[in-house]
Amino acid sequence: MTFFKAENISIDFGGIRAVNNVSFEVDKGTIFMIVGPNGAGKTTIFNIISRIYSLTEGRITFEEQDITRLPAHRVVQLGIARTFQNIELFDHATVLHNLLIGRHIHCRSPFFADLLFLPSVKRMELAHRRKVEDVIDFLDLQHYRDQLIQNLPYGVRKIVELGRALCTEPKLLLLDEPASGLNVDETEDMSFWIDDIKKLLGITVIMVEHNMNLVSQVSDHVLAINYGESLADGSPREVQQNPDVIKAYLGEDKDAG
Amino acid sequence: MRIIFKTSYLQDIKLLKHSGYWFWYGLLLLAILLAPAVLDEFYIGEMAFIYIYAIAGLGLMIPVGFTGLPSLGHAAFMAIGAYTHGYFLNAGFPFLASFALAGIFGLVIGALITIPLKRMTGIYFAIASLAFAIIVEEIIAHWKSVTGGLAGLTVDMPVIFGFALENTWQFYFLCLAVLLGVLYCTLNLVRSPSGRAFIAIRDSEISAESMGINLSIYKIKSFAISGCFTGLAGALFAHRLYFLTPDAFNFLLSIQLLMMVVVGGLGTVHGAIFGAIFVGLLPQVIAIAKDYLPPAIGEFPGLEPGLFGVIMVLFIIFEPMGLYGRWVKLKLYFQMFPLYRKATFKRQKTYLKTERVQ
Repeated sequence: MTFFKAENISIDFGGIRAVNNVSFEVDKGTIFMIVGPNGAGKTTIFNIISRIYSLTEGRITFEEQDITRLPAHRVVQLGIARTFQNIELFDHATVLHNLLIGRHIHCRSPFFADLLFLPSVKRMELAHRRKVEDVIDFLDLQHYRDQLIQNLPYGVRKIVELGRALCTEPKLLLLDEPASGLNVDETEDMSFWIDDIKKLLGITVIMVEHNMNLVSQVSDHVLAINYGESLADGSPREVQQNPDVIKAYLGEDKDAG
Repeated sequence: MRIIFKTSYLQDIKLLKHSGYWFWYGLLLLAILLAPAVLDEFYIGEMAFIYIYAIAGLGLMIPVGFTGLPSLGHAAFMAIGAYTHGYFLNAGFPFLASFALAGIFGLVIGALITIPLKRMTGIYFAIASLAFAIIVEEIIAHWKSVTGGLAGLTVDMPVIFGFALENTWQFYFLCLAVLLGVLYCTLNLVRSPSGRAFIAIRDSEISAESMGINLSIYKIKSFAISGCFTGLAGALFAHRLYFLTPDAFNFLLSIQLLMMVVVGGLGTVHGAIFGAIFVGLLPQVIAIAKDYLPPAIGEFPGLEPGLFGVIMVLFIIFEPMGLYGRWVKLKLYFQMFPLYRKATFKRQKTYLKTERVQ
């Protein structure tokens, strides 16, 4: 059984084809990396998977289920959570509150029960809080629990966003540049956490990243794309040595020709 | 300063978080309960009026303050509540039944109206809701068989289980009871998963959606419960007016309601109450001030709505958190005395998405 599969996906924005005929497969329990220069269409692929954009052509299946036409809020219920490149947290809420929203898909109380805050709602809230505390412990966020997002530094916000995605208890996690804007220490922490997410929590990860150190450290499989087309697909070493990839990143060597 | 030791997750869920809450809110409740015994009847009537405003304010706070749907048409829900209540009361329904129907009508119409509006945000939503209010006002003016049209509709005195509420203080306690009920529901909503979903939608629709929140359903829920609460406020308002005409529920009332939540403090439950007190007292203050102003200013037509507008603009510019923001700062000043610094709130001067034109 293929865990996650994108078949010949293409998307048009007006006359521009942002992603053209890209196919890839992700195995369960691996870290799949998408690399490419700016504007290559990496984030577009993420937005396609999380159903913010609709495909022009192609098909996406997750655990043998076709998710190509699913509404965005259903995707996360199947177990696909994501983070955003430019951080989309709830600024006027505390870290705890943000993480609790990550539990939303597991909240099943009817609206009137919420209005009266029936004992069943209270019990569920306590259970969710316990799960959230697990994530807080996992990511060392104890110190920031009751702080408002708008008062937090950038690096911490990145981690809170990762935490919020983990709170949904995903099977597949999409990380859009988790290390962008982080300093060297924070990037190292991030790479450990991503490794832990794979090994301890057993979550499959698809991520977009520019930091080549992080790419070679954590990834099992790399897909390189440029101008919306796939360039190379293989282990990190193979992709790094692929002449097309080198050309896309560094340009062509005139003398060599 | 009070330092709270947290030893249980329940402490974050409880409404009355520590003994200070019990003491101060207990004292406030006691003062409110004893007020009719001490104060003059006129003041009791005005306080009941403020409670009605507060109920409507809480209703409006849910979409505007929590979900980020700025509604310029909540006078329509007041009207729906008032006319439903008046009509069924005159048709011989018992008070509680027609009062409940006013809430249910508000709920259903609130839900229905959101279905076409759910894709709009910001100013577009505001304009669409304004159109809705104008349509409702026109329907009331023309549907003579039910609403009495421009000739109006009289509303009888409330009678609960054969017990007529003839005196102002009895009506006062009726309004207070409804307010406490609505307040309890709103506070519950804010700490429950549904309330969190509302706030998520306000702060970032895209990320709310990718956290599995169904935007349409939650926007509908938010507006429906808002319609219900505002409808209940409308039903009480009907008793206050005795005589319903469509122009009692015109655009100015919508503006007044919106001003209440903005001046009170968007996105806080306190804000709705503070705003209601402010809007309830402002006309009195203006009336008193008129006597002292030169006639050229005091008798100026449109002084009241003009002042409303100016106050709203000043609040948005200088105190986006509204009266509640002031209240928090004042509280902190005394808690931290003499160490309070203005800069504590410097970084938090950001705007909610409702306040921005998108």
